[in-house]
Amino acid sequence: MKIVVCVKQVPEITHVRVNPETGTLVREGVASILNPFCEYALDHAARLKAAGPEIEIIAVSMGPPQAQSALMRCLELGADRAVLVSDRKFAGADTWATALTLAAVLRKIVPDAGLILVGKQAIDGDTAQVGPEIAEILGMPQIMYGVEMVLTASRRRIRVKREVESGYEVLEARLPALVSASKGEALRRMPSLADVLSARCRELRVVTAADLDLSENELGLAGSYTQVVKVFPPVPKQGGRKVEGLEPAAAAGEIAAFLRSEGYA
Amino acid sequence: MLKIDHQICNLCGLCQKSCPFGAISAGEETVTVDERCTLCGACVNVCPQAALSIERRQASPEELARYRGVYVWSECEERGKHLVPRRVVHELLSHGRRLADRLGQPLVAVALGDERMQELERLCHQGAERVVCCRHDLLGSYSTDGFATALAAVVAKEKPAVLLFGATPNGRDLAPRVAARLRLGLTADCTGLSIDDQGQLVQTRPAFGGNIMASIVTPYTRPQCATVRPNVFAAAAPDTTRSVAIDNFPVTLAKASIRTKVVEQIPASVEGEKIEEARILVSAGRGCGEPSNLDLVRTLAHRLGGTLAGSRAIVELGWISHTLQVGQSGTTVGPDLYIAVGISGAVQHIVGMSSSKKIVAINKDPDAPIFKIADLGVVGDALQILPKLLDALKPGCP
Repeated sequence: MKIVVCVKQVPEITHVRVNPETGTLVREGVASILNPFCEYALDHAARLKAAGPEIEIIAVSMGPPQAQSALMRCLELGADRAVLVSDRKFAGADTWATALTLAAVLRKIVPDAGLILVGKQAIDGDTAQVGPEIAEILGMPQIMYGVEMVLTASRRRIRVKREVESGYEVLEARLPALVSASKGEALRRMPSLADVLSARCRELRVVTAADLDLSENELGLAGSYTQVVKVFPPVPKQGGRKVEGLEPAAAAGEIAAFLRSEGYA
Repeated sequence: MLKIDHQICNLCGLCQKSCPFGAISAGEETVTVDERCTLCGACVNVCPQAALSIERRQASPEELARYRGVYVWSECEERGKHLVPRRVVHELLSHGRRLADRLGQPLVAVALGDERMQELERLCHQGAERVVCCRHDLLGSYSTDGFATALAAVVAKEKPAVLLFGATPNGRDLAPRVAARLRLGLTADCTGLSIDDQGQLVQTRPAFGGNIMASIVTPYTRPQCATVRPNVFAAAAPDTTRSVAIDNFPVTLAKASIRTKVVEQIPASVEGEKIEEARILVSAGRGCGEPSNLDLVRTLAHRLGGTLAGSRAIVELGWISHTLQVGQSGTTVGPDLYIAVGISGAVQHIVGMSSSKKIVAINKDPDAPIFKIADLGVVGDALQILPKLLDALKPGCP
């Protein structure tokens, strides 16, 4: 059985700053990492493989050539091979165009995938849309926010414990299916030296627009249904009063007085 | 139009069963489709042979103009024995009313559920001209397949200009599914919506964890779809003098077309009310040191009549349930009072709570970003301050 994990390389956003004059992102010096939720998805795949060694894990990422380093990390974390979907024609893709391209890649390269795993969202865009859009295009059922997953012995179905607003629920779907991963029991881990070395020997192939059965007007910006018309820094919210250097009792008195003045105590 | 590849069709009949409009008939020799087809895509999605496809072309401005009305998916939640619209729906209708007025078009609520749905007249009181109501036994609890099929059927038939969803877990599950089925643009997690001079929906959302805002339009596809965070728009007071119109919209759903099955439900131990709707939240972060210290924070929450919440950091450490997580990857909250205890205020946290009316922050680090948005910021050790604060809040203390 083949498990595809779709991953994204993202900037370490806690370090992203906005140039106040131009309103654009200052990306110099900001490290690129594998999106943490994608890492959890990969961890879930590795767990499924630990219970079923015949499973093959294929990591797929669409992005610029440097996204190769995110895929290298996937290989270190247990992917058997990796596919980089990269072409200047893909640039500017919104979630729809991204999903359409990734779905075309999956149809072409892993038509027999039993399970597609994605992270629940990427920390740069936070849309959580590409996964469900891929599932719809490929006509698969989807289960979102999974924290534990088990394949049935026959490999025909998957059982997923997922986060819901009231707690958890366990859903079952027949395969092929798409599951998005939240953190759950998965742990981000450090690959060992042996993992790093063996990753270098695994296949990492590049797929370009010419390899896909899509026309150019379905790709990238041209194929996107949404268009960004303006980017601007958020309006800074004004802070109020800040008190420093008080003894705990005095500090508590400040808070109590504030709460009383607002009618809460 | 719907195209059927008769070479690969094996006459299994699933398309006929899945069509919400009864437009497909699968005979013994061939499958035919009649004029009832609305191109909702339900059949394409279930065909095991991939024999069905829909040809869609870029619409002209004249065609786009035929799409009219602001539609809001009215997600329901269980209350006792009933299903009633949840609060974010009232928020969306209140803002949707302004968008509809600006466009000079109607505002319509779409309610999907079973016979237990109630309080639909409230949707009209909240601003909708009418409610499109789909009742079906298979819509009694949320499923991606059931709800996507029903909603895509409504949208394909009604042809709205704008379609809005609350960015709740189910809203974010459903919206991309419906948008992809109908080949529509979709913008996630909007914090602002307006109409520009061309009558386009301008969707504003944070990106890069709230470091930057982007305004987005959807020029080529209708409806223009967006999910909107709860607690971004205020719900207006319902106007019970508004007239109520509820139109039933019959759909056919087959049990077999719902491909997920609920095996078990595991409710989290409930601490107070849902944080999305709480009026007072006392929220703990990693600065609280260890899980046993949360008792202090919880006591303060209870003393104020509020609810305990927390940052992503302590959810990931396993101190509290994910249902209490505030922030970009948790819940967006907007209480009247938010007290941040030992939370430094990473951007992802701040975008999830900055619409709180009053913010109090306690943190050891004088440079913690949370102080930039706090109405009262106290630099100090929360573990020492909280016991004194509980004393100071005792009745009779000045």
